[in-house]
Order: sequence, then C-alpha cells, then structure tokens
Amino acid sequence: MDEKVKKNLEEFGFPVIVDERSGAMQWVDMRELRLRYIISIENIKPFYEGLREGKLMATKCKKCGRIFFPPQKDCPSCFDSDIEWVEMKKEGTLETMTVVFVKPPSFGQYDPYPVAIAKLDDGPKILAWYNGDPQQVKPGQRVKVQVSRRKEGYLMYELAPI
Amino acid sequence: MSENVAVIGIGHSKFGTRKDVNTAELCWESMKPAFETANLEPKDIDFFAVGNAGIWSSEAAIPALVAEYADLAPKGSMRVEAACASGSAAVRVGYTAIKSGIADLALALGVEKMQESPNPNVIELIGRFGSYFWEFENFGLTFPAYYALHGTAYMMKYGATEEDYARVAVKNHYYGAKNPYAQFQKEIDIETVLKSPYIAWPFKLFDCSPITDGSACVILASEEKVKELGIEEKVWILGQGVGTGTANLSRREEFTSLASARYAAEQAYKMAGIDIDNPANYLDGANVHDCFTAPEIIAYEDLRFCKRGEGYKLIRDEQTYIGGKIPVNVDGGLKAKGHPIGATGVSQAVEAYKQLLQKAEPGRQADINKGRWLAHNVGGTGHYTYVTIYGLEKR
Repeated sequence: MDEKVKKNLEEFGFPVIVDERSGAMQWVDMRELRLRYIISIENIKPFYEGLREGKLMATKCKKCGRIFFPPQKDCPSCFDSDIEWVEMKKEGTLETMTVVFVKPPSFGQYDPYPVAIAKLDDGPKILAWYNGDPQQVKPGQRVKVQVSRRKEGYLMYELAPI
Repeated sequence: MSENVAVIGIGHSKFGTRKDVNTAELCWESMKPAFETANLEPKDIDFFAVGNAGIWSSEAAIPALVAEYADLAPKGSMRVEAACASGSAAVRVGYTAIKSGIADLALALGVEKMQESPNPNVIELIGRFGSYFWEFENFGLTFPAYYALHGTAYMMKYGATEEDYARVAVKNHYYGAKNPYAQFQKEIDIETVLKSPYIAWPFKLFDCSPITDGSACVILASEEKVKELGIEEKVWILGQGVGTGTANLSRREEFTSLASARYAAEQAYKMAGIDIDNPANYLDGANVHDCFTAPEIIAYEDLRFCKRGEGYKLIRDEQTYIGGKIPVNVDGGLKAKGHPIGATGVSQAVEAYKQLLQKAEPGRQADINKGRWLAHNVGGTGHYTYVTIYGLEKR
C-alpha cells in the first residue's frame, strides 16, 4: 500500500488520499484483484506439438480446402468440423510493422519490441514479434517464421528477416 | 413503429481528469442538461442504454447505478459494450427501440471513468480489445500499436509522412482549444508532435488520444412524440450503419483501410439517401474516430470524402478545417477533446446536434447549408464501426 494511504489510514481511519493536481479526496480501493485466465487449447493441441518441433501448423477443411490461421476446429463455410492439420511453409513477405515503446506492465521485462504482420507464401497472414532491426526493413521485405524461447520460458513463433 | 427518430436533448460533461466526481455524479453531469434541453423528466423515459467499456473502473452495473441516482428505476435498461464504439452502440439501442415501436422516448448515455486505474493498468487493459489469446497474450499489442500497424502500412503504400499525421493533431488541438468541454484546450504545432516521444512507432505521444474521464447523454424520441411535445430543436437520425471486423488483424485483407468502416458507411449512406460516390456534397461536416492521427486520414477514405490513397492530401491542404471541403472533428476530436471510451459515440451525437442547430462555441461552428452531419465511431481497430448520419430534415 502507498505510504501516504497508510499514513492517512492510521491518522483518519480511512484509506484516502488527496489528489495532488485537483485537491479532490480519493478513496483507495482495498480490494486488489490479480487476473490470470485459464483458456482451453484442447482442440488446438497439434499447434503446440508442432511448435515444439519448430513447425507452424494451421488447420484445413477437408471438404473445401480452406486454411485457418490462427487454427480453428470448425469450418463455417461447410458447417463441418472434419479438419486436418497442415504445416505451413515458414516464409513470407512482411506487410506492416510497429515498434511498441510504451508497453503493457505485463511485458515490462522486455525492451521495446517490433511487431510485424507478414503474408505467408502459403496464404494466411501471421502477426508476431519481429526479430531483426526495424530500421533495415524495406517494402517487400522477405521474412521467415522461427520458433524461439521466451523469457517466461515458453516457446513461441516469431518473424525474422531473410 | 416510428419511421423517424430524433435527438431532442443533449448533455455533455467536461472531459478530462475528473477526480472531483464519482461515476454516478459524472453521469448526472450530462444527463441533467439532456433532460433540460428536451424539457423532460426521468419518469418520461421508456428505456435507456448505457455505453461503457469498464474494467478499469469500479462500478460495473452502471445502468442500475444511474437508475438509482437519477430516478430512472424501474425503467428497462442495459449496458452495452463495443469497445471504443460503446457510445454509438447505446445510441443504436435507443434508436432501434424507438424505430421498432417498443419505446417512444429513449435515453442513451455514454460514460467512462478511466482514471480510477493508474495509466499502466489502462494501457494493459485497452490492449486487450482485439484477439486476446493470439495477439495480446504472446505479442503484447497495445491500442496505439494496433493502429500503428495501419499507420505504417498507409505510409508505405501511399507515401504519407509522420508530418502528415502530425497535421491531424494540430488541427484537432486547434479546435479543441475552442471547446470548453475538451480535455486539452491548447493549440500545438507540428514540431511539438514530431518531438514528442514514441509510443508505438510511427506514433508519438501527440499522435495519440488521451486517457479520459467523461460522460455524454442524448434523449431520443419518436416522430409522434416530437409532435406531441411540440419539440422545435431537434436533429433526425437519417441513417446508421454498423460493421464488425475480425478479432485477429492477421485475418484482415489490408491495413490501409477498415473493412467494417466501409461496410457501415455504405449502409448509412444508403439509408440516408446520400450518393455514395460523393458524400461530402451532402454533409456540412463530420466527426471521425481519431483515436490516433493516422486513423483520421484512413477514415476520410473509408467514408469516401476522397479517393483511396488521397486522405493525407486532404489534411495537407487543410481541407478538413472549417471552410474546406468537409470540416472534420471541429470539437477537437478524440485527440484533443479526449476519449472516454464509452462516452465518445454519444459525444459525437451531441456534437452533430450542436453543429446542425448552430449551437457550437465561437470559432468552431461550421457553415450549415446542407443540413447533415456524420459521426464515425470505431471500436477496437475496426473491430466495430458505427456510422450515423444526423440531419435537420427528416427523410
């Protein structure tokens, strides 16, 4: 708890502070919440199995041939769930990028990170971190998809210049 | 059923850092003038909708909160969420309720109290309005970064520059300085924008709309009610289009345009009887969703104020100032007026009413000859778009 709040709590009996700019009295919420979601990946397990082997997996509708990336287990064109897992060729062309300087606190451990969107030669587009010098990127920049280990310890795909 | 729906009352709080009020008080600040301009009381309202994205603020049941604070209980209500277009979603609910005949008088309120949380938490939470699992969880996209991906693509394709983007900020601050309800009432120059620190390249601090507290309110009425109450000051909703985009940006065709905005604009123009090939000829001005500078330029194109790839020339030639081809965001836009997520769409409706009835503050009143004003409100990065056309004469 903020020192000022602590002091006011002891002196006045309430968790309050005076906002410095406006002079308005604020109640400092005592109910702190930490959020961490638990998200089902049951139907896209092959994606993570592929990633462990350095592969980028997408789903493909067996009936109409539509490819889905990010992978999804149902084809809304065919009303069908008969899909197969297919490996994407890991090359493509960069379409756009940015560099995130002001980061979410949950990414605080990272330096400013470039994010790019590329169109894979196999068709789908992919958004990922760009492991390369953003200043050297040229229109039509060719990129490859590679798998790297994150600081948090898990494997994730990223883009890198060819 | 009511073929036509009118805005008959408006209210707008001061936008900015509002540590001086709690959520209910902030709502009442815009509700009170809305009732007063409509010459109505809370008991007259049949249904109300509240646009609010929430999560950074403490109160979730805002319709119930204002039902209590403003004596709207036990009337029907709902909270609606469409990210940064939540306010337009609230207008949509009121509009369709009246159009369908379920209500004769509806209130649409938009409110956001973003500064109940510290800035870093808001930055974290607002980055989650796309595909949380694929784009936020692993790649830490922020709201500026989502739009920066569009800003970069646009520069690469058409040769626009960071200076062009800065011009949008300069214009919107110019008008914000004349709007007493705006968060930033200060003019800036191009240098100020260009020298400000990068947030998400190519966007710098002054390319970005701020984190804002605020509320706005409109009261909507059926044609019959307008007659019955003898309402003289009103504007009609001539058309409204709504579009939705994919959650993942990687599922989009292109990054120099928002497909949901083009879709919504086509619908709205068709409903309002506006020639889609030259809509600027039918409009006295517009409010577009300038959460960042580049998206204002992209909006010019999605709304067909100019050809694709020529939006940056409109701002370069000052054609979106008053006196130009079509004045845009002459209330300061999200950029200078502030962007209290849920309130923005309703604030645009308030501005349409003020402009068309020539009640805007000195120095920012557009010439009203055609009697129509457009509002373009985007949620997320084209995840939702609402385009609404307001007019002095009903269709």
